[in-house]
Amino acid sequence: MGWIGYTLLPWYAIYDGFWSFAWLDGYVHDGEYAPALFQGLLHDRAWLLPIMLPLLAPLAVVRRDRSEPAYARVLIAASSVGLGYIALQGFAVGISGWSFDGAAALWGLGDVRQFGMGYGALAVCASLLFLFSQGLAARGAVGGDIFVSGAVVLVVALVSLFIFFPITQILVSAFQDNDFNFAPGVFVEKLFSSKIWGLRCLTENVGCGVAWNSLQLAVLTGAGTTLLGLAFALLATRTGFRFRPLLRVLSVLPIITPPFVIGLAIILLFGVSGTITQLLEWAFDVPPSRYIYGLPGIWFAQMLAYTPIAFMVLIGVVEGVSPSVEEAAQTLRADRWKTFTSVSLPLMRPGLANAFLLGFIESLADFGNPLVLGGDYDVLSTEIFFAIVGAQYDQGRAAVLAIVLLSFSLSAFWAQRYWLGRKAYTTVTGKGDAGNHIALPRPVQWAVVGVTLPWAALTLVIYLMILFGGFVETWGRDHSFTLRHYVDAFGVSEGPHGLIWSGAAWNSFGTTLMIAALSAPLTAALGLLTAYLLVRHQFRAKSAFEFGTMMSFAIPGTVIGVSYILAFNVPPIELTGTGIILVICFLFRNMPVGVRAGIAAMSQLDKNLDEASLVLGARALATVRRVLLPLLRPAIVAALVYSFVRAMTAISAVIFLVSAEYDMATSYIIGRVENGDYGLAIAYCSVLILVMLASIVLVQLVVGERQLGRRSTARAGAPKALRSEGA
Amino acid sequence: MTDGGSAAAVRFEDVTKAYGKSVAVRSLNFEVAAGSLVTLLGPSGCGKTTTLRLIAGLEAADVGRIFIGDRDVTRLPVTDRDISMVFQSYALFPHMSVVDNVAYGLVVSGVAKRAARAQAEQRLAMVGLKNMGRRMPSELSGGQQQRVAVARALVLEPSVLLFDEPLSNLDAKLRRRVREDIRELQQQLELTAVYVTHDQEEALAVSDRIIVMKDAAIAQEGSPRELYEQPASRFVADFIGDANLVPGRVLAVEGEVADLDVGGLRYRLPHRNCSKGDVEVAVRPEAIRLDAGAGAVGIAAKVRKATYLGSHIQYRVESALGELFVTDKQVDALITPGTDVSMSFAEHGITLLGP
Repeated sequence: MGWIGYTLLPWYAIYDGFWSFAWLDGYVHDGEYAPALFQGLLHDRAWLLPIMLPLLAPLAVVRRDRSEPAYARVLIAASSVGLGYIALQGFAVGISGWSFDGAAALWGLGDVRQFGMGYGALAVCASLLFLFSQGLAARGAVGGDIFVSGAVVLVVALVSLFIFFPITQILVSAFQDNDFNFAPGVFVEKLFSSKIWGLRCLTENVGCGVAWNSLQLAVLTGAGTTLLGLAFALLATRTGFRFRPLLRVLSVLPIITPPFVIGLAIILLFGVSGTITQLLEWAFDVPPSRYIYGLPGIWFAQMLAYTPIAFMVLIGVVEGVSPSVEEAAQTLRADRWKTFTSVSLPLMRPGLANAFLLGFIESLADFGNPLVLGGDYDVLSTEIFFAIVGAQYDQGRAAVLAIVLLSFSLSAFWAQRYWLGRKAYTTVTGKGDAGNHIALPRPVQWAVVGVTLPWAALTLVIYLMILFGGFVETWGRDHSFTLRHYVDAFGVSEGPHGLIWSGAAWNSFGTTLMIAALSAPLTAALGLLTAYLLVRHQFRAKSAFEFGTMMSFAIPGTVIGVSYILAFNVPPIELTGTGIILVICFLFRNMPVGVRAGIAAMSQLDKNLDEASLVLGARALATVRRVLLPLLRPAIVAALVYSFVRAMTAISAVIFLVSAEYDMATSYIIGRVENGDYGLAIAYCSVLILVMLASIVLVQLVVGERQLGRRSTARAGAPKALRSEGA
Repeated sequence: MTDGGSAAAVRFEDVTKAYGKSVAVRSLNFEVAAGSLVTLLGPSGCGKTTTLRLIAGLEAADVGRIFIGDRDVTRLPVTDRDISMVFQSYALFPHMSVVDNVAYGLVVSGVAKRAARAQAEQRLAMVGLKNMGRRMPSELSGGQQQRVAVARALVLEPSVLLFDEPLSNLDAKLRRRVREDIRELQQQLELTAVYVTHDQEEALAVSDRIIVMKDAAIAQEGSPRELYEQPASRFVADFIGDANLVPGRVLAVEGEVADLDVGGLRYRLPHRNCSKGDVEVAVRPEAIRLDAGAGAVGIAAKVRKATYLGSHIQYRVESALGELFVTDKQVDALITPGTDVSMSFAEHGITLLGP
């Protein structure tokens, strides 16, 4: 395969698209289309010739026995040299010549130019990776199984290319000025600029630095969602509340809601021409103002958006407190109040901290709500965006801001894993625990009901607004019923050549569906593969591997967006403006969801099952296919649905990566909002929500029927773990 | 059917396996003869399961070499070792029918599905599960599931069959039946089998030889009878059956025989490398005779406690040798606590512990 890539496929990316096959016509002689071998021989690109050597070397040992040490050594050495060399030449040859002087001397060539690598390079790299893993397996790593070692190598390669490489690019460009020169002074100046860290807001009437704004918002949101989530969790488990299914619905909402939709609805309610604002003006003569824009608005929107996530985390925690512990406390003569404060609450403490940190991370990463509702209140995620797309185009500043944001959320992520990781859920044992949870003390019960019911009502109103907002001419001014927005967005008219998709939204809607449908199976596959490696195999540096794969959950979408632009806008890997970069972005953004689902489901499967299969002569690949996959079907479906839905609702990273050709629904909607076209935006949102709801319900129905007794345990675990990651 | 020709010996040469700092198996040497059933017996954490998994290839040895037959399998992956295993949890694939479970090994090694099923049915019949093939594992009782696991392991006609505590999930009565079945099957097919258990009675019942393990090493190896009658150490004496450990004194050693004094009684026993002087003596509880009649010879003792257990009576007696545990089959003649008795030992149940 490596040889096909090297000698037959075009080495460089083809701008007209590979699959048009236009390049087939005499491509060997064309400097743009030729494969690497001919590039080297005919087109003065001699630096491509040495790649031949690592491809030749393995032929020397192909007849040797696998268990010979030389076999493994040659494969590993050849493939690492090959990969290293390809990377080196990729970076050495810059877009407008040699990147550094040594390189020119090394290859001794003058005028050169680098293009993005194409399918030829891809095939060569893939085959070198394959050789590398074959070498590892021959050395007896991970039980000597080629499939397992190949999987490890593949995941590591992908994660380093699409997570670590872009993040490093951010670091690099933070140290550069706008002409790509190394400038540490600029970095220091930007890092400590008062626009980021300014504290004058404490003494004067000016805005604080964006870092403080972000932190303040994140802490408020984390605390608020935790308290509300706890109240809902207590309501669901400890009171005679009759509408528990309703709460389940509540927990699905944030998953299917694009993040900025809440902000949009809040504008409709509290904005200058919002319903409540007008009501206040009519009743109390309060003049309409922009009071909702800024901290209160964003906070409010985030509370609405992320409380369900806290609820999902905390309901597990509240249920996890063993009733027998509470009963023990009561038999020791603690009354309800004492039992609650001295036993139940302390046991929930790690869970509460966990929920807080999740809210904190989500709030930091949130992009849509601050964009819609921010007003003058700038936060890091939106500042990054404006540094890139705004008039002031400043890559370095975006990179610095991204670093600040990244360090905040990675610290929170780190704290969540290492500080809480071991403590959480200590009271959940495998044993059946009889007994009932005691009722809440009266005051707590009243507080819980008093807080949750109005909040639930508010949530309901918000979603009704979203559904009906699209049918109204102009919100706040002209409340007459209209289908105009839907026709604008999703109109279909009959033309001379059949139906014409005349609606403005069809383009982005179709792209969104396509990209989401493409990325979902890839995400599920990669996530489950990673989970399989993590749960079932031991290998060196496994904890680093795990941290690397889970980290992308903590990296805010805006940071990913910026880093992808920085990393993949220039050769050797040119992806911006393509649909591929969107798919890749979703793949790595959502991979942790698949990993979590896989880990949750796989830890429920007895490891002896794999071993039994191995003992009976099935290799790892056959074991995965015949034993694990059939048993993991619920987890697979869950991962598919969630990555599909998340791909449809994502905005933060996407907004950097869309292009005219590949526009996504969410970024299209944001664009409408910025133009003040709320009607169409709202209409589009409700269509999205309904589509996603329908797909979830459909999958639930299909999978639900096939559940067999034993598998239900695995199922119960998976969605819960997922939802805690939600949105 | 297997004619026994494929059964192979298993040999460990200085095998060591450690998990981080804790050593699971320390330079182990033993051999399992082809066609025999050897039990690895020991308390939990002694390394017996690790040893079994080393044979299977589910763990890789850090040091040393493992042979199956004449082949060095130390670095071979599981799938190339020609072994098969019955797991403690049975590990039946819950999404496959019984016959598919049994046929699995054949199917993944390329046998056509129909032929594989036919062969699987045959094996199922052999373990007494004719016509159960269509059921799902979850529809079977624990004992039936266990037999499916055995049938599944047998279908590939492995050179070595491994059992990891196969009976621990069954109730006591069923356990006795199934262990007899397993033994019968193993002898009939002349399989080499390695069997892990912590139940000494089970080990005595099924084994040709027993390897007693303690703290990652072999404590003693021998036939069931050797181990019971001539335990080499305090640990083995106590682990296989019950034993009272009492002080004794070797008065003289003549050839193979030692002159032993225990509490004033004289015995002539194999010396087992003990030289003159103080020694430790293991006495089986059923080998202690209590005589409540006046004028009986023996060591003076007093019954502290008597417990009636149906088939026998347990006594606790106190004597100059310390507190001893005694079982007595004569349930009609219960000696009430507080009675003074004379105590003596039957020679078959008393042994010197090696130095």
